[in-house]
Amino acid sequence: MEPSLARYIWKHTRKQQIWILLIVLLSMIPYFMSFDLPKLIVNGPIQGKGFEQPGATLPFMRLHYNLPFIGEVLLFSGFQLGRKATLLALSIVFLLLVVINGLFKLYINTYKGRLGERMLRRIRFDLVDRVLRFPPIYFKRVKSAEVATMVKDEVEPLGGFIGDAFLQPVLLGGQALTAMLFIMVQNVWLGAIAIVIVVIQIVLIPRMRRRLLVLGRQRQLTARALSGRVGEIVDGIGAVHVHDTSNYERADIAARLGLIFKIRFDLYQWKFMVKFLNNFLAQLTPFLFYMIGGYLVIAGRLDVGQLVAVIGAYKDLPGPMKELIDWDQDRQDVQVKYQQVVEQFTVEDIIAPTIGALTIDNPGPMTNPLSAVGLSMADDGGAMLLNRISMQVKPAETVALVSTPTGGAEALAEAFARLNWPESGKVASGADDLLELPEAVTGRRMSYASSDVFLFQASLRDNLLYGLKHAPLTSVTYDGAAADQQRWNIDEARRSGNPDLDIHSDWIDYASAGATGPHDLFEAVRRVLDAVLLSRDILDLGLRSSADLTRHTKLAGRIVELRAALRTRLEQEGLRELVVPFEPGAYNTEATIGQNLLFGAAAGPELADKALAANPYFASVLKQAGLDRTLYEMGMEIAEQAIELFADLPPDHQFFQQLAFMSAEEIPAYETLLQRLKNRSYEAVSEADRAMIITLSFAYIEPRHRFGLLTDELMRKIVAARNQFYENLPPELQNAIERYDPAKYIAAATVMDNVLFGRLGNNHPDAPDRIRSIVYEILDELGLYAELLNVGLDFNVGAGGRRLTGGQRQKLDVARALLKRPDFLILNRPLSALDQRIQEKVLRNVLEEARRDGHSPAIVWVVTSPAMATGFDRVIVFDSGQLVEDGTHETLLAGNGIFKELLS
Amino acid sequence: MLLKDEVGMLQRVPLFSGIEPAKLKLLAFTSDRVKYSAGQILFRQGDEADAAYVILSGSADILVDSDSGPIKVAELLPNSIVGEIAILCNSSRTAAVRAATDLEALRIRKDHFLRLMREFPEMTIEILRVLADRLSHTTADLIDARTA
Repeated sequence: MEPSLARYIWKHTRKQQIWILLIVLLSMIPYFMSFDLPKLIVNGPIQGKGFEQPGATLPFMRLHYNLPFIGEVLLFSGFQLGRKATLLALSIVFLLLVVINGLFKLYINTYKGRLGERMLRRIRFDLVDRVLRFPPIYFKRVKSAEVATMVKDEVEPLGGFIGDAFLQPVLLGGQALTAMLFIMVQNVWLGAIAIVIVVIQIVLIPRMRRRLLVLGRQRQLTARALSGRVGEIVDGIGAVHVHDTSNYERADIAARLGLIFKIRFDLYQWKFMVKFLNNFLAQLTPFLFYMIGGYLVIAGRLDVGQLVAVIGAYKDLPGPMKELIDWDQDRQDVQVKYQQVVEQFTVEDIIAPTIGALTIDNPGPMTNPLSAVGLSMADDGGAMLLNRISMQVKPAETVALVSTPTGGAEALAEAFARLNWPESGKVASGADDLLELPEAVTGRRMSYASSDVFLFQASLRDNLLYGLKHAPLTSVTYDGAAADQQRWNIDEARRSGNPDLDIHSDWIDYASAGATGPHDLFEAVRRVLDAVLLSRDILDLGLRSSADLTRHTKLAGRIVELRAALRTRLEQEGLRELVVPFEPGAYNTEATIGQNLLFGAAAGPELADKALAANPYFASVLKQAGLDRTLYEMGMEIAEQAIELFADLPPDHQFFQQLAFMSAEEIPAYETLLQRLKNRSYEAVSEADRAMIITLSFAYIEPRHRFGLLTDELMRKIVAARNQFYENLPPELQNAIERYDPAKYIAAATVMDNVLFGRLGNNHPDAPDRIRSIVYEILDELGLYAELLNVGLDFNVGAGGRRLTGGQRQKLDVARALLKRPDFLILNRPLSALDQRIQEKVLRNVLEEARRDGHSPAIVWVVTSPAMATGFDRVIVFDSGQLVEDGTHETLLAGNGIFKELLS
Repeated sequence: MLLKDEVGMLQRVPLFSGIEPAKLKLLAFTSDRVKYSAGQILFRQGDEADAAYVILSGSADILVDSDSGPIKVAELLPNSIVGEIAILCNSSRTAAVRAATDLEALRIRKDHFLRLMREFPEMTIEILRVLADRLSHTTADLIDARTA
């Protein structure tokens, strides 16, 4: 990137800068006209100059010029207007000028703003574009949060500066020069004084500000390091807690903040010091004018009028001077920021833009063998991982790489995947250096999965299909406002040097997954998920999440059928008591009292959890049903029992998981509440306290908690209250609750709850597992298995995929690599988080899936244990960075080498 | 059967008889009440031991696998506890338990049981006493068997 900011700006905004300068010069005309006008109004119509005679008129808008050689030219002789009419006309002209000046200002500011924002967009894009092209080694040395801060925060002030980059010095310099010239014309000596002071200002102030720049740079670096550290704490929060180092982190952050404070405070001190000096110098000049100028007047060498004019003119000098100095400060400031960022983003060996260039059409298959030629790989510290290895993988060949702990097979896999660059030698595809092939070839015809998985914070589906999104494949047609918006998007993107690729296009390369479009992609997805044994996990996720009904209409449409099938099935297997179904007219003993009262799923915050008892409408229903007092007494009983049972336990005790009524933190509050309310009559208890107590009763399930608090009469009353609640439900609560309806899908509930439409019996410890497998069978029978898998694929994997287990993440990574159907599949200990048995199972599945439909990709698999090397065409053994054995499984086994040793 | 009745039942289990009722109530509350119908399996031989069971009503058979199929070695009646040894020594189940009639039991989870032992030494001592008692009985039986 351009090392000088000024040159960078000039290069990209030359035309615009000149244009805006012209506009500004043009805007000077009405600006100066508006200066002159008040004088005309006051002297003319108001004071009556030229209107001495009653009925006198003067020409208005008379256009005449005195041109050299030609003499007077009269363009327009003007309107003859009387005094009042002239006042009106001149006032209107004044108003017009105000409007014109305002419009000019608006246009100029908008233009400058847009110019700055476009440049900011360009810089940010350039930076991220470079990040995408950095060589792999760079990423071992930078913290992601620091790069993010640079792109986001550190270049931000550039946007504000760019509009003024060239305009401001021209304009302000011009103004200052004019004022200076005027002073010089009035009196040379006074002018000389002004010049001396200005020179002092110009020399001294920037010098003093140099320290400001140093401090500013420090501020930038420390702030960047801070954000890097904060990012690190967030990423490594597990390590912090595991090692009880949170106070070490606190100390580190506090020390950094202390340093930042010191730098910032220094900065303030200097800034105001410089400001003081600057103001002082500016004020010094009038002092000298008064003193020396006054002396000259007294001595009769200067007349009063000149002195007044000089002082008047000087008023116009400090303003532009100050702004000019400020502009210079800004310039240096952003220049420093820019340089800092550019330095960070200027790296050796940056990947050429052609490597990552957009390629719409799929390249042909890679039919050449992949070979390592004298390949050496080193780690970041310079230690050799691989030492001059030469080997070749032919197309369609399956190779297991077996490695001793120091073998270096992983480094070879990383070199094949271009994740690390060779120290010497090269990886070649046929005759081409692999590093020189465009990513459009290697990224589509090769795939790679390792134990170190990165997932984006998106749905499982997005992560799985990520490997297929190489280029926008469809052109989306927009109409109406959307089309205008799209045109604007493209136009603006081009103006800022951004690409205009449409993110809303369909980027998924269906063909490489062996599909023809969105409708049959799912089949391919399902097959790879089955191969890596991830389907079951995703189904479980699907059951536990609530389905998006706009997309998964099938589930909702067939919910009645599903529920009926489940009932029949349970009936057949004699498992009826496993599930107690919800029935609109009956109390469900396995559900809480709260669930029985509401008989629906809360779809908003109004009726959810703790808010329920405090909801005024709900409270009024309880009162009408005669339940408020009963539930209050019940709550008191529960509070007493819970406190008796749990008060002695430490708050982090695992038994608290069993206590559904209150959390460990709430126990002391309930203890005091109980003391306070114990001997008070129900009527004397405040609404808020009642709600606190009644809430407890809502979590009560008789078969589970066994306090003996539920009577038949109470159950009847609760069912009655339920009906009352829905009869008079106020409109504002209509959307806060979805009533359980045997014929309706409940969007706010999970898929599992929807299918069950009831509660699992609390007395059957194995009920959840049994029900789950029955539900899967039913879904399969009804052809809804795929639909549920689809719901599960909506699951958001969280930041870095952390909502999945390590094993699930690795399986997903392998599935993603498989889905692409590559010519070379490189797997680098991809399943290390799984146990040996599952690894072997997935390995067999993957080998089979990769070769389905007559495909025959080359597979290079760095296996975690030599036992996994059976079933490969060829086994290569690495030890101490050397290739030590190479042959079929049988030959190696027959030999007496390391492989045999490793196996035993 | 309510929580307080369960406490009464637990008190009649020799292992818990010396423990104060408040602790037993906590034990009962944090345990799951489970129901089995006749013929259902509580756990199988070789399963991982994750809980002990106190029989509240009904009866169950303890079965051991043999070449000629499962053999019943003992019968469990109300107020008896089963499976506590396996959760104490982290082993897998040495026998299977099958409900002989409709059965109600209190399922005490392993981690809860161990936690209680850690927290209430009097309970641990009581359990030790019962186990030592059993051991001396077994030893006596063994001596009898040897001398006979």
